[in-house]
Amino acid sequence: MSTIVYQKPEGLTDVRMHYCPGCGHGIVHRLIAECISELGETENTIICAPVGCAVFIPKYFTYDSIQCAHGRAPATATGIKRVHPDKIVLTYQGDGDLASIGTAEIIHAAARGEKFTTIFINNGIYGMTGGQMAPTTLPGMRSTTSQEGRDPHINGNPIRVCEMLATLTGPAYIERVAVDSPAHVIQTKKAIKKALTMQQEGKGFTFVEVVSSCPTNWGLSATKAMEFVKEKMIPYYPLGVFKDMEKEGE
Amino acid sequence: MAKVIMKGNEAIAKAAILAGCRYFMGYPITPQNEVPEYFSRELPLVGGTFVQAESEVAAINMVYGAGAAGARAMTSSSSPGIALKQEGIGYCVKGEIPCVVVSMMRGGPGLGTIQPSQSDYLQATRGGSNGDYHIPVLAPGSVQEAVDFVKESFEIAECYRTPVMVLCDGLIGQMMEPVELDHEPTKREKVDLSTWALGHSPKGKTNTIINLDIDAPNCERENFRFFEEKYPAIEKNEVRWEEFMMEDAEYAFVSYGTTARIIKNAVKALRAEGMKIGLVRPQTLWPFPQKPFENKKIKKWIVGEMNMGQMVPDVQLACGKKEDVLFYGRTGGMIPTPEEYIDFAKKELGGAK
Ligand SMILES: Cc1ncc(C[n+]2csc(CCOP(=O)(O)OP(=O)(O)O)c2C)c(N)n1
Ligand code: SF4
Repeated sequence: MSTIVYQKPEGLTDVRMHYCPGCGHGIVHRLIAECISELGETENTIICAPVGCAVFIPKYFTYDSIQCAHGRAPATATGIKRVHPDKIVLTYQGDGDLASIGTAEIIHAAARGEKFTTIFINNGIYGMTGGQMAPTTLPGMRSTTSQEGRDPHINGNPIRVCEMLATLTGPAYIERVAVDSPAHVIQTKKAIKKALTMQQEGKGFTFVEVVSSCPTNWGLSATKAMEFVKEKMIPYYPLGVFKDMEKEGE
Repeated sequence: MAKVIMKGNEAIAKAAILAGCRYFMGYPITPQNEVPEYFSRELPLVGGTFVQAESEVAAINMVYGAGAAGARAMTSSSSPGIALKQEGIGYCVKGEIPCVVVSMMRGGPGLGTIQPSQSDYLQATRGGSNGDYHIPVLAPGSVQEAVDFVKESFEIAECYRTPVMVLCDGLIGQMMEPVELDHEPTKREKVDLSTWALGHSPKGKTNTIINLDIDAPNCERENFRFFEEKYPAIEKNEVRWEEFMMEDAEYAFVSYGTTARIIKNAVKALRAEGMKIGLVRPQTLWPFPQKPFENKKIKKWIVGEMNMGQMVPDVQLACGKKEDVLFYGRTGGMIPTPEEYIDFAKKELGGAK
């Protein structure tokens, strides 16, 4: 007799994902599908794809979905959620998309307390366009537009998005997690589930930043990339809960 | 219903609400501020939603979302703001999202001036966004027509699944006129929401709004579909214009919006002096009316606009005789008078009777 211990969750299609080996996008996709399935919302979810490596999200999920303009997913999700307050609405965005070209859109969606969830993939680089410097590229980190390593005096300093958004009154929940180890993956799932549950309850804007990997553009193997997340990214982008409306005033 | 006196901007917002628009997203800019102000006050009363967006960029992308979710959604702005909306308009075109964009033109370029103008004719009709595309552009000539065209726009947008622009000079927004609000738009067939809109897919089915065709052959096929099916249908069914005193005309002005209204006075004055002159007033700028320019009795066409002659190439193409097309206009927020057109016609047409 055999028992199923691991299977593709409902909400993901059978289409083979195009992500590189060792890329965090695939892990996070799976976690999203698991959480939405466990919350019983698979038939009731709309997902907003970014411009970036995750632009093909419509192929990978069975949810209704839309490809948004670069950085504008929080605006588009605002329009969708206002029309469909009873649907679960998510944006899924990379760091170029969210923390550079779309900075205004994410800040104002958060400030308005729009009742959708944003999953923010921080891999410290522009994946899709081939490894240019992102607003989250670490000081000293090489990219194709900071070839000697990012020099804060020349290229400016990285942005810590969770910390910045946590200064706002609008957001209900903000947490930073990572996918470099099984323990962190489990925590990432908890964070996504918490954010989606709060959305289900109509609590307000919820935000989960996932510190992730881009082995291809970092020029590292899949395992070395995960070590880089642990040793370099997480110290700069500390994990934890930055805002939790449910705990405020305790 | 009796006529009511309303300011153009408010009448436009009211017409949209009467047409079933329940989502408006916009950002303040003169001379259209009464549009978002009216919506902010009135939409909640009918269960609608007003969002003051952080920018025009965000506003059009909210409309992209609301329209994609199957709602009647609209944004409005003026020239610098419409410039910012171009990216989003392109996404609405590609995603085939019905929505209405009101453009209340002021003088440019750059920050320009807040006075009325028509200098975004090319931006509207040639597209400020990237790629091969057209959007229907309706150009009302009065507050009444602005009301009627806003209603028509929602019908056109849903019938062809396209953004539609209502292009007004700032005067139309600022002017107060008596208007009838209960004109019914022509009902057109619309595509069932369950087949495409977000949140409307039947159980077990998925609706997706795609904007990226990574395979070039697909992207080309889609463009061909637009140019072979969608745009010819719009050209056939939606082109509109008015002819004023054209029956026996030998000369004709070509003008739209408030300038056309000014020119009507010039036509009447010139007629009184015996000149056989009329006016062709395109009410859609895309599709641009071709038929009135098949009139071979017209010896000269005088284009009148509040810009530097942006419509001239369209008239030249339509009438087929470049040398027969003259132009007089004011720009940068200046409004021409009927006398200027009377003088221009007399001078250029050599006192022709
Ligand atoms: C307006 C606009 N500017 C630039 C681009 C090109 N572009 C595509 S993806 C991308 C960056 C993607 O990086 P990121 O958001 O970090 O996502 P990742 O690919 O790393 O997941 C850029 C700049 C675009 N498509 N549109
Ligand atoms: S380029 Fe980087 S972000 Fe994109 S799929 Fe590959 S590893 Fe992932």
